[in-house]
Amino acid sequence: MSDKVLMPPEHKAPAAFTRAQLDWLPWLEPLAVEEMSARHMASLVDAARVKSPYFRLLARDPDALEARTRTDKDIFYNPDAGLPRAERELAAAATSRFNGCLYCASVHARHAATYSKRESDVDRLLDAGVGADLGERWSAIVAASVALSATPSTFGPEHVDRLRRAGLDDLAIADVIHASAFFNWANRLMLSLGEPAVAADA
Amino acid sequence: MPATDADVIDALVGIAPGSDLDAIRARRPDARTHAQATYRALFAPEKPGSVTLQDRFAVGAFVAGLHGAAIVAARYGERLVESGASTALRDAVDAAVAEAKTKGPYGSYPAGPLSREDSAGPIYRASAATLRGLGPRLAAAFEHVHMLVFHPRDAAPASLKTLLDAGWSTTDIVTISQIVAFLSFQIRVVAGLRVLAGRP
Repeated sequence: MSDKVLMPPEHKAPAAFTRAQLDWLPWLEPLAVEEMSARHMASLVDAARVKSPYFRLLARDPDALEARTRTDKDIFYNPDAGLPRAERELAAAATSRFNGCLYCASVHARHAATYSKRESDVDRLLDAGVGADLGERWSAIVAASVALSATPSTFGPEHVDRLRRAGLDDLAIADVIHASAFFNWANRLMLSLGEPAVAADA
Repeated sequence: MPATDADVIDALVGIAPGSDLDAIRARRPDARTHAQATYRALFAPEKPGSVTLQDRFAVGAFVAGLHGAAIVAARYGERLVESGASTALRDAVDAAVAEAKTKGPYGSYPAGPLSREDSAGPIYRASAATLRGLGPRLAAAFEHVHMLVFHPRDAAPASLKTLLDAGWSTTDIVTISQIVAFLSFQIRVVAGLRVLAGRP
């Protein structure tokens, strides 16, 4: 058995949730670029992801990685109506805050702030947690994301009703469900295969 | 038509062609197609390798059982039977669900300002009887899976070392992690869409 757990190099762990850029250090050996087949490379979907140890580690199961990535992209980037991009990112950030994934929360809090321009609300979510008052519409989206993320799920008709009262149609509610559900996928990979680090140049 | 070709989320939610939810899912066609492609990659792979189909469905049934997702758990339980699992293994999976089930997420943060949010919860260790039914390799996987389901922020290199020591490779661990993580998604999409469908 040659496989082993990696000891990450000396680094500074983030002490709190942040919108700042973080690094991610793997605990298992990613594929080396030179040992990646055409199938491994194609599974990254975006060729630039070959620089990421996270994606090169997941590329060990290329069919699962490629399907994961294409699911992710449609849930978050499909521009056809439904929930605005900023609020899909809010659901991702809230789910990550609730599950405790500092890395995922940093990326999607950054996106939520970029697309909404509501930096102080995003920071309140990160600092105070998922109970922060972010105004009714955002609080309804956060509450629905959190209820769906609990194990077992506590998402119920009252969450659907609250989202509808806040102005979401059923396609938008389905987007909240998918964005939150997807981050229950992503958080578990990010949290368990490596750890976040304050970026080296920060 | 093999069971794996029918859309699993549609089947588990009970989405009929032409229904409102069918139309909603059709607006995110790649997500629908590739959620199903992920299911196929993990549960009907071309080459299962050293994570056998029986291993995959045992983990699937365990994850769905831990979520209390009865409809999803029944499906993975059926597939476990079809994969040729012995009665002893099926009973051990059920016993593991019964002894491991709790509520999440809980766990600890690295010592610091977030420590005030730490919440304690059980760390699952299979009972002697369950360990015998699962075998040591699958039992090690189940103990890790329980952490991923209920307290993923407690993950640490030591849990991966335990899996390697039990005989799983790095690539096997990636696949098992994807199975648990994907099911955490699939179970929630099914739960969420069922609630939405029940609120016309």
